[in-house]
Amino acid sequence: MFNYRESIDWNDVPLVSMDALCASVVERCRKGWRLLAFFGVPSPAGTEVLCVLADASSRLLDAVRALPGRAYASMTPHCPQAHLFERELFETWGIRPEGHPWLKPVRFCPAEGEKRTSRPGPAQTDYYRVEGAEVHEVAVGPVHAGVIEPGHFRFQCYGENVMHLEIELGFQHRDVEHLILTSPSHLVLPLMENIAGDTAIGHATACCTVIERLSGVTITDRAHILRRLALELERLANHTRDLGAIGGDTGFLPSSAWNGRITGDFLNITAELCGSRFGRNLLCPGGVKWDVDAALSESLVRRLRSAFRDARGSVDVMLETSSVLARLTGTGKVSFEDARALGLVGMAARACGVDMDARTDWPLCDVSGGSTRRRIRTTGDVLARTLLRSDELNDSAASAESDLMQLGFSSGEEPCRVSMPESLPPHRLAVAQVEGWRGEICHLGITGKNGEWLAYKVVDPSFHNWSGLAMALRGEPISDFPLCNKSFNLSYCGHDL
Amino acid sequence: MNDWLYLVEFLLVLLLAPLASGVINRVKAMFAGRHGKPLLQLYYDIFKLLRKGEVLGENVTWVFSAGPVIAMVSSMAALALLPLGGVSSPLAFQGDFILCAYLLGMGRFATILAALDTGSPFEGMGASREALLGALGEPVLFLALLALITTAESLGVPKELSLSTLFNGFSPQAWLSGRPELVMLIFVMGVLLLMENCRIPVDDPTTHLELTMIHEVMILDHSGPSLAFVEYGAALKLWLFSSLLTGLVLPAMPVWAYTLSSLLGVFFCAALVGVIESVMARLRMHVVPALAGLAGSVAAFVLILTLVR
Repeated sequence: MFNYRESIDWNDVPLVSMDALCASVVERCRKGWRLLAFFGVPSPAGTEVLCVLADASSRLLDAVRALPGRAYASMTPHCPQAHLFERELFETWGIRPEGHPWLKPVRFCPAEGEKRTSRPGPAQTDYYRVEGAEVHEVAVGPVHAGVIEPGHFRFQCYGENVMHLEIELGFQHRDVEHLILTSPSHLVLPLMENIAGDTAIGHATACCTVIERLSGVTITDRAHILRRLALELERLANHTRDLGAIGGDTGFLPSSAWNGRITGDFLNITAELCGSRFGRNLLCPGGVKWDVDAALSESLVRRLRSAFRDARGSVDVMLETSSVLARLTGTGKVSFEDARALGLVGMAARACGVDMDARTDWPLCDVSGGSTRRRIRTTGDVLARTLLRSDELNDSAASAESDLMQLGFSSGEEPCRVSMPESLPPHRLAVAQVEGWRGEICHLGITGKNGEWLAYKVVDPSFHNWSGLAMALRGEPISDFPLCNKSFNLSYCGHDL
Repeated sequence: MNDWLYLVEFLLVLLLAPLASGVINRVKAMFAGRHGKPLLQLYYDIFKLLRKGEVLGENVTWVFSAGPVIAMVSSMAALALLPLGGVSSPLAFQGDFILCAYLLGMGRFATILAALDTGSPFEGMGASREALLGALGEPVLFLALLALITTAESLGVPKELSLSTLFNGFSPQAWLSGRPELVMLIFVMGVLLLMENCRIPVDDPTTHLELTMIHEVMILDHSGPSLAFVEYGAALKLWLFSSLLTGLVLPAMPVWAYTLSSLLGVFFCAALVGVIESVMARLRMHVVPALAGLAGSVAAFVLILTLVR
């Protein structure tokens, strides 16, 4: 077990038998630990499996590895949150979890050296089918009516009601985790910023944190505040857009129209910081590339206040309209038990009453300020996810404003960037958990004997939460799917990597 | 003379029908803080579509192409039974409202068949929802008509009972003759207008989400002139229900005054639809029958009140 902010020696990670690893995961998950990552790492003796678990109450992480060979007994039946990790392991490394209830590939990524055509494309697979003369199947996507990413949804319906929804993704697979290993170091961050375009800052923060923890570099408080500010601005823009989109899907015109414009105002604040509306090229290992001086801070505070006032007004109009509330209440419920079992993260989990927020569970720094209120809703429906966004809008705006003021007051006192060593230390492992606007983004890096990457693992919140959307649709009318989907607003490319 | 006058009124309606949708869009744009589409957008769209080619699915039959034409023509025929601008229809006869209702039903049936003909699961879903809406709307319409007819009979309307007598200044006259309960029919006809034309809160005509659509999903596969017929047919249907609504409100007037105020009335209805679409969200699909039930109960209540006199 180790402190989440420290890196550990890769050789100190205990190598146990696969049975012992699975037993410890199941045991720990029962005690409330969470499975952060479970994936294959190449080693001279064959593919090793590394498992990282996290316990929010003690702020400790635990890493265990094992040599599974070609197959092992699946832990999904006892620990459902492992289901996608095991499917991923099966797909990428060919290690079969025996007894997995629904073993099929996640994204169909061709193994190294294998031709792309030698495996079926994404979504070309067997689907769960409900038999019966009155049961009908509806297939949606991968090409959708709106301008959104590709994904395939297969509904098993009885009349208007959905009995089962199966979501097949993988159309956006770029093999990011592999590209990182082979990219020159100056391309790693741009790659991270493109994992999910709407979470550029979140993924960049996670990657920088991993690199800094591996090298043992401590960045300045100013850099921490700037990163926190950027993350909250990203949250503000995305929550505003999502709230508008939820309004749009209920057919409520005003907020849907206004929020589109207000989202742009928040994005433009980020653009003032670094020149990119999505915060690209803002972060770098060692800190932040662009600083805020007193004058900029003053003008940004003014713009932030006006954008937030507009957003608050627009969202309040929507949340005070009874027809909107009636539409949202009770739609697309996910139970607390399901959310816990499937390991949902972030906003989607908090809407089901799961008390988790990486900002306070795993703070990136000890600098005071920032959003420390934990917002929880317990109903698990679309309304809960909507109100949670609305609450977080307040917290994020307050946090961003105080951070901006602090940056203005202390401008010039310390640099926002420290120098980084030329190369990473060999044989180290570090983990970063960052609360992006969707939820916890987990990055994990392991270095080899010359400080090169041995493995890099990215777990986007969407990876966990797509299963939550499938659960939300059980027994719901199929006409509620777009609204449920919008209330989760998950990333396709973040899942597909 | 009157027949010629009616023809003029009818042609005026055929010409102006797409304008109502322009009014709705402008009102919605105002609420959204947008400049909005031009008022004449639907005219541009229809002319553009008429000039375009048509794409047909591989497995569709003539039923698919016939759907939009039948729907448009039946709306037109139903409209020709209505009194327009205070002029009675030359086709009016005792009980013509039944023909009118089932002409609309035939249009709906043709649209549903055309949707099913594509074999797409989306269109099948839309067809099933449309059939449900039709089944819900029909009794409401007839309850409302029954209330009007009963009142007309008991007040001893000298002429035959047709749309041209019931929706031509009759209702305000009845209010003043001690039948104020008929005012409630305005609400019933308003709900019917929203239901039959697939507007919010029943359906969202602007959504792009095929899983939530009712009417729009059934016409997804139509293109070119067929789509123009669908759009024009929908405009006529909107006009038809707005005319019924104004026919309930407007008192008897000279023809020129009636024509002017009924045009204003129809555009006012359109603006009202635009306001409703701007200030409220859609109902969940399974609550739509409750809305129809509400309108039906009000109509039944009016009927009971007229019967106990």
